[in-house]
Amino acid sequence: MKLWKSWVIAAKDFSVFRNKKSVIYSVVLLPFVVSISLPIAIGSGQGIPPVLLSELLNSFSFFFIILAASLTTVIASYSLIGEKVEKSIEPLLATPTTDGEILLGKCFAAFLPTIISIYVGLVIFMVLTDIMTYKTLGYFYFPNWDIAIMILIITPLASILSVELGVIISSRVNDVRSAQQLGQLVIIPFFGVYILSQIGFISLHINNLLIISGILLVIDLVLFYISTITFNREEILTNWK
Amino acid sequence: MIDVENLTRVFGDVTAVDGITFHVNEGEIFGFLGPNGAGKTTTVRMLSCLISKTSGEAHIADYDVSNDSDSLKIRKIIGLVPDNVGLYEELSAYRNLDFYGKLYECPEQRRKENIERLLRMLELWDKRDVKVGTFSKGMKQKLAVIRALIHDPEILFLDEPTVNLDPESSKIVRDFILELKEEKKTIFLNTHNLDEAQRLCDKIGILNTKLRAIGTPEELEESVWGKKTVIQLEQVNKVILKALDKLSLGKIVHNNNKLTIDVVNPELDNPNIVNAIVGAGGHVQYVTELSPTLEDAYLKFVRKS
Repeated sequence: MKLWKSWVIAAKDFSVFRNKKSVIYSVVLLPFVVSISLPIAIGSGQGIPPVLLSELLNSFSFFFIILAASLTTVIASYSLIGEKVEKSIEPLLATPTTDGEILLGKCFAAFLPTIISIYVGLVIFMVLTDIMTYKTLGYFYFPNWDIAIMILIITPLASILSVELGVIISSRVNDVRSAQQLGQLVIIPFFGVYILSQIGFISLHINNLLIISGILLVIDLVLFYISTITFNREEILTNWK
Repeated sequence: MIDVENLTRVFGDVTAVDGITFHVNEGEIFGFLGPNGAGKTTTVRMLSCLISKTSGEAHIADYDVSNDSDSLKIRKIIGLVPDNVGLYEELSAYRNLDFYGKLYECPEQRRKENIERLLRMLELWDKRDVKVGTFSKGMKQKLAVIRALIHDPEILFLDEPTVNLDPESSKIVRDFILELKEEKKTIFLNTHNLDEAQRLCDKIGILNTKLRAIGTPEELEESVWGKKTVIQLEQVNKVILKALDKLSLGKIVHNNNKLTIDVVNPELDNPNIVNAIVGAGGHVQYVTELSPTLEDAYLKFVRKS
């Protein structure tokens, strides 16, 4: 496999995205708004007991994972369905590039902008939150092991899950909006975890976060297998709708 | 250069291409004529290693299309212009070509030279930095042809390259194809356009799931009915017809003082015919040859199938 070819494909997609305002707004603006509004919400709730505040902060941090899953779907839909809509998939497949190189390029294209944007948002969120909560807690809450697992393990796994789901969905639908709508289903389980943590049903500390990571890893591996079967020349040209 | 034997592709219960056999020599333009759904695009996709064959054999420059390791080598030496141009509308013409040049592993210097040379040849150099989305159909089609040539392929597959183009753009693309022939490129052309096939192709295959006929345009035309001589007379009468009967010619059709006669060798038969008519007191107004067209050949083979 020639990784540079995957990078060429991803770089082309980045150039295409630069001209799509909806993608730019979603990927840049949304994490930025969330990274500022959540610390403000925390700051306005002065008087929350430190134990509860710690649960709340982890729960809010988890919100960025939902964003990662959601934004990756938006980009993956453009990246894959865009090729179908513009009928550029056939000339792309006619190049001396393997299916794996193309698929990896598409994964890079959807994964990297989201991860960078989410990481920047998380850094802003952590800094602002530390400033807002220092008085109550008496120490800087971030960084800690919980957020490290969320950033370094769960966020990439959630993003990869969205890309893989995007590949599978792209084989069945013909327009970007339908793909995005279907793709957003991916956030339901993450949102469920977020709600459960908000109501105090589960705590998002290291053990539970590692369990969530393990479950995600298994799902990612299964979806990877399905997406590699779905994404091959023969399938794309003869069975993709 | 292209060797195909008993190539077949079946989709479920439908046979799209049924046991076709043909050979295309290096530097030749081979035209594939056939109605919609005849299997032209499926054949090109099989030969471009985009889809697999169900049975049969196909080799491109001695590489086997069904061999996975050969398929990458085949894709390096071929260029494909699909029936849908499929360009990136948000990107400039130059960026589109540069992207494909990289994927075809074309070194940077050669890539730049090829992009400039080809854009200039097809009069798009001034538009190199303009987004493709603003291009006309003709400009996009020309750009798609350039894209297929960016890595100097030995073989070019063109699927309906002039469809939907205005006459001027069609002519530019056709002339360009002829220039490529001068460069000894082997060209496989799918087309509905019989005039285009006649002008460009050295050899033509008429496909309707099966390969119904194959040959040079002239061979296909002659296969329709051979040769006919048409003679316009001032007046046709029994004496003249009797005189012609004695020449033991082919079928003679008489219509409004016009005789249409099947001949084997016009150079030998026509003087005898004219002499016989004049000898019988006839007055010849003109003599002409009636040639079947490629359209006649196409319709004959497609209808027969």
